[in-house]
Amino acid sequence: MQLIFEKSRPGRKGFALPEIDVPIAPGLAEKYCRKQAAALPEVSELDVVRHFSNLSRLNFSVDTNFYPLGSCTMKYNPKFTEKACALEGFSDLHPLLPQLLGGGMLAQGSLEVLYNTERLLSEITGMYAFTTQPLAGAHGELTGVMLIAAYHKNNGERRKHIIIPDSSHGTNPASAAIAGYNVVVIPTDKDGFLDMNAYKKALNRETAAVMLTCPDTLGFFNPKIKEISDLAHEVGALMYYDGANLNAILGKCRPGDIGFDVIHLNLHKTFATPHGGGGPGAGPVGVCEKLADFLPISRVIRRSDGTFALDYHKHKSIGYIAPFYGNFGVILKAYAYILCLGRSGLIEASENAVLSANYCLSRLKDYYVPAYGKRCMHECVLSAASQLEQGVHALDISKYLIDKGFHPPTIYFPLIVKEAMMIEPTETESKETLDAFIECLIEAALLAKSNPEALHLAPLYMPVKRLDETKAAREPNLRWQ
Amino acid sequence: MNYIPHTELEKKQMLKTIGVESVDDLFKHIPAALRPKSFNIPEGKSEFEVMEHLKILSRKNATNLTDFVGGGFYDHYIPAAVDALAGRAEFYTAYTPYQPECSQGWLQAIYEYQTVICELTGLDVSNASLYDGGTALYEAAMMAVRLSGRKKIIVDSGVSLIYRTMLYAYTSNLSIEFVETPVAHGQACREDIYKHLDEKTAAVIVQNPNFFGAVDDFSDIAERVHKCGALAIASVYPVSLGMLKSPGEMGIDIATGEGQSLGIPLSFGGPYLGFIAVKKEHMRQLPGRIAGATADKDNKRGFVLTLQAREQHIRRERATSNICSNEALCALRALIYTCLLGKSGFYELARLNYQKAEFAKATLDKVTGVKVKRSAPTFNEFTVCLPKNADEVVCSLIDKGFACGFPLGRFYKGLDNYLLVAVTEKRTKEEIVQFANSLEAALCS
Amino acid sequence: MTVPDNLLYTKDHEWAKLDGDKATIGITDFAQHSLGDITFIDLPKPGAQVKQSAWCATVESVKAASDVYAPLSGEVLKANAELTAHPELVNKSAYEAGWFAVIKIADLEEKKTLMNPVQYKEYIQGLSK
Repeated sequence: MQLIFEKSRPGRKGFALPEIDVPIAPGLAEKYCRKQAAALPEVSELDVVRHFSNLSRLNFSVDTNFYPLGSCTMKYNPKFTEKACALEGFSDLHPLLPQLLGGGMLAQGSLEVLYNTERLLSEITGMYAFTTQPLAGAHGELTGVMLIAAYHKNNGERRKHIIIPDSSHGTNPASAAIAGYNVVVIPTDKDGFLDMNAYKKALNRETAAVMLTCPDTLGFFNPKIKEISDLAHEVGALMYYDGANLNAILGKCRPGDIGFDVIHLNLHKTFATPHGGGGPGAGPVGVCEKLADFLPISRVIRRSDGTFALDYHKHKSIGYIAPFYGNFGVILKAYAYILCLGRSGLIEASENAVLSANYCLSRLKDYYVPAYGKRCMHECVLSAASQLEQGVHALDISKYLIDKGFHPPTIYFPLIVKEAMMIEPTETESKETLDAFIECLIEAALLAKSNPEALHLAPLYMPVKRLDETKAAREPNLRWQ
Repeated sequence: MNYIPHTELEKKQMLKTIGVESVDDLFKHIPAALRPKSFNIPEGKSEFEVMEHLKILSRKNATNLTDFVGGGFYDHYIPAAVDALAGRAEFYTAYTPYQPECSQGWLQAIYEYQTVICELTGLDVSNASLYDGGTALYEAAMMAVRLSGRKKIIVDSGVSLIYRTMLYAYTSNLSIEFVETPVAHGQACREDIYKHLDEKTAAVIVQNPNFFGAVDDFSDIAERVHKCGALAIASVYPVSLGMLKSPGEMGIDIATGEGQSLGIPLSFGGPYLGFIAVKKEHMRQLPGRIAGATADKDNKRGFVLTLQAREQHIRRERATSNICSNEALCALRALIYTCLLGKSGFYELARLNYQKAEFAKATLDKVTGVKVKRSAPTFNEFTVCLPKNADEVVCSLIDKGFACGFPLGRFYKGLDNYLLVAVTEKRTKEEIVQFANSLEAALCS
Repeated sequence: MTVPDNLLYTKDHEWAKLDGDKATIGITDFAQHSLGDITFIDLPKPGAQVKQSAWCATVESVKAASDVYAPLSGEVLKANAELTAHPELVNKSAYEAGWFAVIKIADLEEKKTLMNPVQYKEYIQGLSK
């Protein structure tokens, strides 16, 4: 498809501004003005509408395709939450209003949403307090690690490293490192769990924290999780919970009860807010009581008269990590979703997510090698290692799925599984959708034996065939000109 | 209400395939001792009931005020086509375009967005977006530290206090030295910046227009900074770039900013849009996703995420940043918005903002006791000195239906009587005059 | 997999070609093959000191970034500027046009820790089993 810039015609306009209704003042001195106007496209409103409508049709999305992208929890995003977010009372509110004298009263509705969401998330996870400020999961991780650093500093300690399993999300070590910690990587044992010997060896009084997901990225719930947590606490280290996989355990166990001290959630995963082509997300962070004083400012508080206010007087706080109160629009959608599902709905969401993932695993385990074991939580990791013998990679299988209208699973993650395919079906997909997807994967496994070339050639029916990523990286072309 | 399609019969069939009796069996490896101590969440409600609850809450927010509050976040008009197009579910229910063949719409949109950001900033390379203007500035600072191998950063105090505070919070464990230089006559103080600039300096950070609304030309600063082997970073307000000298034209190395003003609702602080653009030679230190053009097997143009070896999913603890999710949907809004306005429309928008603000300056100057600060030129926001505490004046004007500005005393010591006033294209001549009249009345009482 | 007879090798698949007190260094054919299409190489700057077995360069492919460790300690005299625009030279010619840098050897004793071609051949045969 042509770029919008290629559709530009000099003099064409897509929007009319109001006429200037004030007397014209002299312009700015020349030295402050740009010499060359930004070369934005000159197109009509219909040009723009048609361009982006047609572009949108080149995407797979949850609303149009099954999207079992492991670790991303691509569940259905209820429509009414979009409508709620667009209510003018929410969408038009200036974030600086509550920072005016008495301005808190101008934002009572939004402050209440934030307050209630923090309380709900605390109860869901068993944490003492939450902040809604972090703007995405990785941003939550960074915030969490900063809280950990502030806690140790307050105890007069400067601990040096954070322990992270080799199966972790890449954001975990990256977040730990940019906050100033060394990263100690622990291998996975033969059963797919954290290697306890290596863990015990690495753990000492220099350990600031242990960062884990539970269930882990292989889709397992580690039965030794409490022991891991107790060992960390014995040396004064804190336990960090990466909430990317919370959709597996709603109402089944709570990170706070297990002993986790800091946790981030991805509202765009577990709580059904749309992923928007890569964002926005929201990554609220929950803490145990001893870390609450360090949470970023401002804090939303409820006064004795039932009104809500912002509290900036927290001298131990790590400070501002976002300009305001988080991605409010995303938080609002998650709040609406939680209210809608309620207690039973949340529990059923996890139960059915785990049911669907195990169903996929059970039906596929004879065709692809399960990474470890035969049970999983909300996602399963399969390996295309046996297909590799025919020269077929997980990538080839993915491209075949695309031709059949399915978004592929996450591939090549976790890094420790050869030719990994991580399938997360979520609870909102019907059995017939799962069956069709499973049949398609089985078909691919059979093709790998009978006609591997068919997989190598896929996709054939998309707007483009396989793209040359090497060329893209060797000769970067990152803008139109 | 939940959104689970499985019938009881289907569940039974699935359990049978798995080889377990019940769903509980799938959770039985979670030890009893680790089961929730409580799970006191209210039972679910219907969509209708939840919507009613949210409507009530939304009415408790005051969004009917005539808005003169800016401070980096502005009340601009959003054309209906922006909502209609960004509201297409094929965009908003997709995810990061990891699989290019089924994500060409998103990848092309990101490539077009990158082009728009490069055009606005006058720089060579943009990424696919960051969270907001503050985190973008932090990422820029960290880029400068990596590129220069130095750890001292000079920050002009005209840079938004919100962003400076974020910068300090993020780097508190990294032994980076920050030096803040004062504002002189409304603009960045050259003398102080040059006094601190040395061979240990990684970067100088400035903002245009600065927090007080003053417009500047940082060409001279950029030149001096480069002589020292350091980088010049500018945080900029994108709407002003319709008119103002671009960071590229000034010789700035890294431009960042908040893209909220480009078709994104104020929405109480987010989701917003952080943008970052750099000179080509710094490209490999950029954080986050980047889309690039390439060709498919048949040599047809297509787009992919590229230069991924910089990123956390590959480089892990040695990545340029930990960012994964960005603000793609907001970037799409900014792209649609700038396309609708187009080359001449974007200039007209800037001019309209400037002219309305100039009129507001002239009008407010006539109010007894009010003095508009004129030490430096401004774009669409400016500072006025009131004869009394600005906090109280703002408070009393709320009752008259005006959010009349941001009291600078909230962020700056000793500026209790100063008010920061923003005027966008949405403010009419009549509203500006009424604001001046109400202010006059409030000051008399 | 070619393993020239006139070079010394490391377990991390770097090679060194000694010439008096200087050494030309690079990565082996085995390394370039397992990395796949190389898209970018971050080289040490002339004047930099590199230490044996410590970082001296990074090689990027589409889906990986791999560190390259110095086979010997010393000062970097020259880096192969051609590789900036043409990283594919390493894929095409790992031992000739795809050289990384020339260093002035700090301690000739270190060469004793490197493998000779026979040892390296055996080593990579062991890896591919």
